[in-house]
Amino acid sequence: MKALFFILIFVGIAVAFWQIVKLLGLLKGNQVATEKENNINGWLMLGLMVILYLIMSVSLYKCRWVLLPKLSASLEGEHIDTLFMLTMGLILIIQFILQFVIFYFSFKYRGKDKNYKARFFADSHKLEMFWTIVPTVVLTALIIYGIWTWNMVTDVTNKDQNPIYIELYAKQFQWEARYAGTDNILGDANVRNIKGMNTMGVDMTDKNAADDKTVLKEIHLPKGRKIIFQLRSQDVLHSAYMPHFRAQMNCVPGMKTYMGFTPSVTTEEMRKNEDMVKKMKGITEIRKAKSEKLVASGEDALDPYEFDYLLLCNKICGNSHYNMQMKIVVESEADFNTWLASKKTLAQVLK
Amino acid sequence: MSHDHKQTFITKYIFSQDHKMIAKQYLITGIIMAVIGGFMSMLFRLQLAYPEQKFSIIEAFLGKDGMTPDMYMGLVTIHGTIMVFFVLTAGLSGTFSNLLIPLQIGARDMASGFLNMISYWLFFLSSLLMVISIFVHTGMASAGWTIYPPLSALPQAMSGSGLGMDLWLVSMAIFIAASLLGSLNYIVTILNLRTKGMKMSRLPLTIWAFLITAIIGVVSFPVLLSAALLLIFDRSFGTSFYLSDIFIQGEVLHYQGGSPILFEHLFWFLGHPEVYIILIPALGITSEVISTNSRKPIFGYRAMIGSIIAIAFLSTIVWGHHMFVSGMNPFLGSVFTFTTLLIAIPSAVKAFNYITTLWKGNLQFNPGMLFSIGMVSVFISGGLTGLILGDSALDINVHDTMFVVAHFHLVMGISALLGMFAGVYHWFPKMYGRMMNKNLGYLHFWLTVITAYGVFFPMHFTGLAGLPRRYFNNAAFPLFDDLLHINVVITWFAIAGGIAQLIFLANFFFSIFKGKRAVKNPWRANTLEWTAPVEHFHGNWYGDIPEVHRWPYDYSKVDENGEFWGGQDFTPQTEPIREGEEEF
Ligand code: HEM
Ligand SMILES: [Cu+2]
Ligand SMILES: [Cu+2]
Repeated sequence: MKALFFILIFVGIAVAFWQIVKLLGLLKGNQVATEKENNINGWLMLGLMVILYLIMSVSLYKCRWVLLPKLSASLEGEHIDTLFMLTMGLILIIQFILQFVIFYFSFKYRGKDKNYKARFFADSHKLEMFWTIVPTVVLTALIIYGIWTWNMVTDVTNKDQNPIYIELYAKQFQWEARYAGTDNILGDANVRNIKGMNTMGVDMTDKNAADDKTVLKEIHLPKGRKIIFQLRSQDVLHSAYMPHFRAQMNCVPGMKTYMGFTPSVTTEEMRKNEDMVKKMKGITEIRKAKSEKLVASGEDALDPYEFDYLLLCNKICGNSHYNMQMKIVVESEADFNTWLASKKTLAQVLK
Repeated sequence: MSHDHKQTFITKYIFSQDHKMIAKQYLITGIIMAVIGGFMSMLFRLQLAYPEQKFSIIEAFLGKDGMTPDMYMGLVTIHGTIMVFFVLTAGLSGTFSNLLIPLQIGARDMASGFLNMISYWLFFLSSLLMVISIFVHTGMASAGWTIYPPLSALPQAMSGSGLGMDLWLVSMAIFIAASLLGSLNYIVTILNLRTKGMKMSRLPLTIWAFLITAIIGVVSFPVLLSAALLLIFDRSFGTSFYLSDIFIQGEVLHYQGGSPILFEHLFWFLGHPEVYIILIPALGITSEVISTNSRKPIFGYRAMIGSIIAIAFLSTIVWGHHMFVSGMNPFLGSVFTFTTLLIAIPSAVKAFNYITTLWKGNLQFNPGMLFSIGMVSVFISGGLTGLILGDSALDINVHDTMFVVAHFHLVMGISALLGMFAGVYHWFPKMYGRMMNKNLGYLHFWLTVITAYGVFFPMHFTGLAGLPRRYFNNAAFPLFDDLLHINVVITWFAIAGGIAQLIFLANFFFSIFKGKRAVKNPWRANTLEWTAPVEHFHGNWYGDIPEVHRWPYDYSKVDENGEFWGGQDFTPQTEPIREGEEEF
């Protein structure tokens, strides 16, 4: 019933628009644009250009600190960032120029003069060649650079870097992880082995499995070592998204997928990063303001914000998709080894 | 041709076989679906801006529970589905292909009026089913418009994957049948029923666009149908095309050996061409409207056709760019990066040709023209970020974030919508014999472009900050707390934009009955539809169908003395080539 009420309001607003125009006497008369209207709309086109530039620059300016800090937290990510800045620079230049030309032409050639003759200009092979070849050259460069970067960041077969193998395991709506243990080989696994404490379905008859270590809630990574993630899912598609490391890969039930990177900034170092300090300060202020309201209405205050790397789920996976995360801690290799040594092996856990 | 047979109300307005009536039926159905889909976006935008607040408007429409995560995902899914398929595929192509193909090529009707009628009624049925599916007790389909299994295949995985998903699949299967019947009819009509003198090289760009669109539709929609059928099998008959090794709610399911990635391939083999099925008709419409209102030939007619064909061809071999991080072989990623970035070349050619058409024109800012210029602007703004998403290495970090949402809304959502508005304002006199009010048209345009930019430009930045799409709220991530005020701004622009559409609705529906009566050729255009009488009857022209002697873009053509040929700045296609005149 209330819905009907709202619908009536909308209909009312619509009818009002028509009636106002009718009262203004604008319904009568010629409905084709006149010279006067061409003139006004031509100027408005120039106005639109200004508004568009305004929206673009305000967005760019305001969002400086909101963006992921320009600092990538992985070595591979640095190449992605370079390519990104290059492409973004190119896009912004083209955008500013083309939008200018569109709106400027719309303004300049507005049909304000009855006797003006448009120019019959239907074709020019020279011009067309020019704007086919220029994009082709630019794109060739982008394609080559892009594919080179892609090949580098997706290479998970290179054993020279002595990588550490970690499995990320996704299920509705939680992440688990498994470290490969002293042999640095992950034991086989299948959902059909899931039982009791063996929540990841590791096949304990596989000799590589006994020394694997599973962890919940947070994973630790050593700075400077190549990490190769093996991803699995227990139920539906999920996506392991680690924005700060410029890394993402889907978790597909029935299949293993892989991604890898080399963490290059520890959590502590990132918290001291200049951009990050500004971002944390901003967020803490926002949370403080919100907390005051919460406390006034008798609820608990929010914690101040402290930066942590995160693993997010980035593929719609059900009801709590928006809250499926795990903390990532990057630390020195020595700290990492101590942390890992404190964890029990699967064989110990399942005994 | 019999065009004076007796018509009852039912054969004239409901089960009509006249292409003009069918076009209007498509348009009205499309508008109703757009109102539903657009309204849904207002509701979930409120949620994104004010996640903790309760709104009586949300409770009025969604019930006492208000906006739950399931409801949010359901609304997003149905919004996407309705906008992509029901508004911008059927509502746009269906309307203008039906209206313009016979009128612009000089035919009395479609090749098969009967199939055309069936096509509309199948579309109507599928729309009805889709709307009904919203009210299903267990919830509407909510796995995203891409309905990736296993989420969409298993009712245990989310409540929307029960009956709601069944209805979604049946509705889409019927929709595809409707679209195929329509497309085949368009192709046959364009190839066979052109009037005397209407060579392929004299077709208006609208018709070229509809032809190519219909061809991509025929090539790719059947693949979506098979994807949907296999999904129905997996859901109902226990097959394992897409499912394997699944443990859910405490038990292992029997499925073994299937792969969700197969579904992704099949889906995007349609899904990507689909965005061009949406876009190309809009490009065709704007080409025509810009040329007419610039009083200038479209620049580079042949290059425009060439680039549509190139875009259409490339669009069928780029689907993998939606799957860079799906787990498919990285080598394929390189291949799809290559093909995807190639599309930028014909797209750039089109953009430059539009701009050159404006150059030294005598621009007549009728509402259709404003929307066309807006379309070009938005198409460029949205298209440029494709350089980021199409580059596999860069896509890793923005895939499935709000950056993607911003990108595709600008490049296909808003740009096709503006193209559709351009078409409605421009051809309204042809459809209803009356004019839409230009002042309301102006107001509608200015509010629409500004709010559209206001909604989708800032959205890029929430995506670059790492905010994933399809998130019910960001409360679980303090990291994103500073994005909330951006979301508030976006939502207010969205609401303002939504209200601006009421102006259009009022203008459209009042003008049908109260608009000023149209003259035969109000925009002084060259194409054939403007030689047909204002009043509608089955058969389009009294007497013989006109003959065609020239291409459709002879605007402002001058003779050797610099005077307009025939004393006016346009020369309809029916004018024979004059003595001393060179045919273009
Ligand atoms: C009134 C203007 C519109 C607004 C404010 C709007 C807003 C949105 C937002 C915010 C989302 C993403 C929600 C999320 O992922 O969490 C979305 C999704 C979507 N919209 Fe729109 N939209 C509008 C018009 C359109 C149009 C014209 C189209 C036509 C192409 C469209 C197609 C889609 C699609 C395909 C999705 C993806 C659905 C999914 O994730 O499954 N939208 N819309
Ligand atoms: Cu998820
Ligand atoms: Cu695509």
